[in-house]
Amino acid sequence: MNAGATLRGRAEAEASRLPPLFIRADQLSGTFLLGEHGRRRAGIGDDFWQYRPAAPGDEHRNIDWRRSARSDMQYVRQLELKIARNILIWMDGGSSMRFSSHMTFPEKIDRARLLSLAVAILLNRAGERVGLMGMDLPPKCGETQLARISVALEQMEETEYGGPPVEHMPANGSALFISDFLGSTESVRDALATAAAKGVWGVMLQLLDPAEEAFPYRGRTLFESVGGSYAHETANAYDLQNRYLERLAERKAELKSLCAAAGWQYGCFHTTQNARSMLLWLYRAIEGAHRE
Amino acid sequence: MIIGPVGFAAPLLLLALAALPLLWFLLRAVPPAPMRRRFPAVTLLLGLRDKDNVADRTPWWLLLIRILAVAAVIVGLAGPVLNPRQDGQGGASKPLLIVLDDTWASARDWSAQNLLINDLLAAAIRDSRKAAVASLSKFEDPVFQTAGEWQSWLAGRSPRPWHFAMNQVDDLPILSQDKEIEIRWMSDGLAHAGRVGLLDRFEEYGDVEIHESPLPVIALAPAKIADGGVEIHALRSYGGSLLEIEVEAYGLDPAGLPAILAKVVMEFASGETEATAVLSIPSELRARLTRLEIVGQSHAGAVSLIDDSLKRREVALVSGLENREGLELLSPLHYLEQALEPSADIINGSLEDVLPANPDVVVLADKADLPDSERESLLEWVDSGGLLLRFAGPKLAASDFSRFEEDPLMPVKLRAGGRSVGGAMSWGQPRSLSPFSEESPFFGLSIPDDVTVTAQVLAQPGPELSRRVIARLADGTPLATRKRIGSGQVVLFHVTASAEWSSLPLSGLFVQMLERLAVSTGDALLAPELLAGTVWKPISVLDGFGRLRNAENLPGVDGGTLLENRTGPDLSPGMYEGPDQRFALNVISSDTELAPMTWPDRVTVRGFERSPSTPLGGWLLAGALLLLLADIAATLALSGRLFPLRATVAAVAMALFVPANEMRAQDMPANAITDLVLAHVLTGDEELDNIAYYGLLSLGQTLHYRTSVEPDNPVGINIETDDLNVYPMLYWPISEHQPLPSEEAYSKLNHYMRTGGLILFDTRIAPQPGYTSHGSAFHRRGNLMDTLGENLDIPKLQEIPDDHVITRSFYLLQDFPGRNNGPVWVEAGPENAERIEGMPFRNLNDNVTPVVVGGNDWAAAWAMDPYGNPMYPVGRGQTGERQREIALRFGVNLVMHVLTGNYKSDQVHVPALLERLGQ
Repeated sequence: MNAGATLRGRAEAEASRLPPLFIRADQLSGTFLLGEHGRRRAGIGDDFWQYRPAAPGDEHRNIDWRRSARSDMQYVRQLELKIARNILIWMDGGSSMRFSSHMTFPEKIDRARLLSLAVAILLNRAGERVGLMGMDLPPKCGETQLARISVALEQMEETEYGGPPVEHMPANGSALFISDFLGSTESVRDALATAAAKGVWGVMLQLLDPAEEAFPYRGRTLFESVGGSYAHETANAYDLQNRYLERLAERKAELKSLCAAAGWQYGCFHTTQNARSMLLWLYRAIEGAHRE
Repeated sequence: MIIGPVGFAAPLLLLALAALPLLWFLLRAVPPAPMRRRFPAVTLLLGLRDKDNVADRTPWWLLLIRILAVAAVIVGLAGPVLNPRQDGQGGASKPLLIVLDDTWASARDWSAQNLLINDLLAAAIRDSRKAAVASLSKFEDPVFQTAGEWQSWLAGRSPRPWHFAMNQVDDLPILSQDKEIEIRWMSDGLAHAGRVGLLDRFEEYGDVEIHESPLPVIALAPAKIADGGVEIHALRSYGGSLLEIEVEAYGLDPAGLPAILAKVVMEFASGETEATAVLSIPSELRARLTRLEIVGQSHAGAVSLIDDSLKRREVALVSGLENREGLELLSPLHYLEQALEPSADIINGSLEDVLPANPDVVVLADKADLPDSERESLLEWVDSGGLLLRFAGPKLAASDFSRFEEDPLMPVKLRAGGRSVGGAMSWGQPRSLSPFSEESPFFGLSIPDDVTVTAQVLAQPGPELSRRVIARLADGTPLATRKRIGSGQVVLFHVTASAEWSSLPLSGLFVQMLERLAVSTGDALLAPELLAGTVWKPISVLDGFGRLRNAENLPGVDGGTLLENRTGPDLSPGMYEGPDQRFALNVISSDTELAPMTWPDRVTVRGFERSPSTPLGGWLLAGALLLLLADIAATLALSGRLFPLRATVAAVAMALFVPANEMRAQDMPANAITDLVLAHVLTGDEELDNIAYYGLLSLGQTLHYRTSVEPDNPVGINIETDDLNVYPMLYWPISEHQPLPSEEAYSKLNHYMRTGGLILFDTRIAPQPGYTSHGSAFHRRGNLMDTLGENLDIPKLQEIPDDHVITRSFYLLQDFPGRNNGPVWVEAGPENAERIEGMPFRNLNDNVTPVVVGGNDWAAAWAMDPYGNPMYPVGRGQTGERQREIALRFGVNLVMHVLTGNYKSDQVHVPALLERLGQ
């Protein structure tokens, strides 16, 4: 009875958590007016692309008689090619993402979830197939997939710093990595190498907390990672500021060069920035990655 | 122990200072504890080394702060005193005797004197000397005890309102001690008898030091009447330079409240010790004076109480005969007037005219019976303390008045006709007066030989008669009789007030008798032989500072002692009440002289100034506290905790990133300030609040998709506690379960509506045509709406007219349905609004309607669940969906109306604008 009640309570709490994220992501993506989705060339699709004069070899049933009746020539009606692309999203679920330096700031993971889901919704609306990397969610389209994604996004990983998985990288697909990229860069390097080998284009979004960007600490301090596995003690934190900022800049530069080498796009944002502008950047970047 | 100007009460504690270096080593070794922080980017920090290790050890300045703090505590606890009183030559071991004059003249230096005594006692405490205090105004054997005891005794002390009482040196039974004592004498500066003798006596025991103010004592002698004014005498103890003083005369104002009635400035000429001024005020005011006081001299000598002696009595003369022009000398009242004029105010007139003036005395000369009304008011007046003085005369003798029965206004019954003696037709000689008996008020007056009586009215003998007679003729027949009525009295002279029946009115005795009867004033009543044996009750007494106090239960005083004017422990100055009058006993009597004391050269005379010995302990301890606070701040600063990290991060974030939209106001959703937020009033009914929430959420999404209005998530607000001003519109579903708003909430709502807010009231039940008794819920909500409407400042309403701006602020609408489709009311337009030729609309309200009232249950029609499905059905089928769409459009129009006001109404001016543009 008691256990049942707790389970039920947890389930309800879990269920009630979903809609707000979904609604927020939905509202966020609702502000976007989708532009061209087609491939801008003739092919198999629903939308009209162009009439072209019939050429030898065209089947008769392809001739658009209504158009042809208006002139002496015969025309074939071509439709715009529509291909759904496979896009895989990887969101870092490591405990380092559960950090915010001020009560009014959102946690990094909070922003990451919102962005992931909003991108998924947008892409789904644009007819693309979206999946989650590392969660055993292969790319699919439809509302059900979105629901699965929103559930899967709630899961956290045990590790301190997550790294993108190299398996399940779809050939010729696109990928989106969202993380703080504060852990080792080895896994990122491996993942990008695999992606480049498989012809996967993608976007890498680094989410940082303002405190991580500014290092506003002073005095004698013991810094601990969120999971507690790393610690560093200093007698004068202020003294470390410049060297820390140098290292951070190095890290960013390294990620950027990795991306450039693999032909990926790299962006760095902070949790206090407007989610809409981040989404806008993200969407444009993914669109761009599509069109390559 | 004394170091420089600083002495210590507990010098041993200072030894603890030696432990300070130990503290230095202890504190030096302990670095401040580190602050633990969560920080994901710690991976980037790994391997970074600190440049130096300064903060590992406590910095020297922090150590200094702490050591100074501890040192301050130690020194503070050791009881340091700046300028401790060190008295002269080895006085430190002798017992201290403080002698106080303690008279009224000491009151002027009272606080300085007390501070000085306190200092002396404090010094005695420090030196562990015994002390005693002796007051010379009320001498008791000085008891030597610890000085602390005397300090508490000192607090409750006040100066005595009388003169120096020690005039017998032999009264001084002190000091059977063989040790020497140190004597301080707080003198009042006046030369009192016996002073020098006392000084000699004291000097037998030790050195005497005198403390005395160099300023003269200024006092006020009793006022006298002179030249129609009040003559005031002021004295000072020695003639200094020119001095002006101000004297205030206090009395009762017409409302009976104490007030300052007059002021007079007096001037002591240079070298003079006396000053005189005449206070000329109307006798009306003079009668009300209660005391005179020198401004700024707070001692009993500067106050002079005023008794009856300054008053002039009001005497009303009522004659029995009127209109006797030209017969002044025959007037029965002529002699009375002559006798009274110098000392009383005379009122002439008929009885009904004079009684309202409430005179002290009414004289009825040869008047028999009175009309009933006059009689009653006269009786009442006598009863409340008036003196009715009657004279006999031919008319009284001829009447039957008080013949068979004693009249209340007559002291005795009268025999018919009276009698004449000594006339041409009679045998006897004119009668003379017999000496006054002891009970008589006239006792002691000497009777001139030539006073004779030739005619009189006779009293009927009776048991009361002998007690009522206060003057007799030589044959024992009454000349004057008296009867008391209540607190007043009636006196009958059995002769005329003129010289017709006797020569009494021609004699000086007549005036004296009138004075004795208090008909006129004079000091006749204060003859010592009269007062001896009478008991005078104190009403109010003066204290040493010259303040009047109620003499609650002080014992009565013998009249004889009162007159001697010897104030002392048994006789406080003040106001005394005796038989028939009051007596003011002042500190300064008319024969008091103020002389300055001249001390022999051998004694030291000082003022009351002191070199203040300041205890420093408190300051040092406070300083230590401040140092410790500084230490806390410094320690926090060292460990980086002085400014809270979060505030710093937030500030950095604000500075770094422009669109930081996380601003928060107090008690308000963060988005309400930066974004548009639709709000609904929380009713306490959870389901209803839910509907309202989802209704507004859905309306918000509709707005989001269709218009440029992009509201944030709606909020429910509590009208009692929340700030309404940030919400442009409130949706208020009326529920009969909601408690009525408080007064404050009403005023908040009124303010909200006056400043442009809109409240959409939704009773959620539409009146159905022809079915008005729709059910109790409809009526209950209707009543509730009425109650709200009574308290809210709701303007006149009308059903939405066809050309109201709501019908076209976004969509063109003609009805405004929710789940119901009933009428909707808004603020009525101006009555004179007319449609101008060529205009599509009337020129209506220029502002937003403060309320929209309806019963269409809009929120339920709007509400959608998170998946976009309507939560409540509207109508049936396609028509129902259409109605839902219109409901949403109404919502959109309403929000547009709130946000844009009459913008769409201004379209009526478009033709005129176009014309002006030359199109």
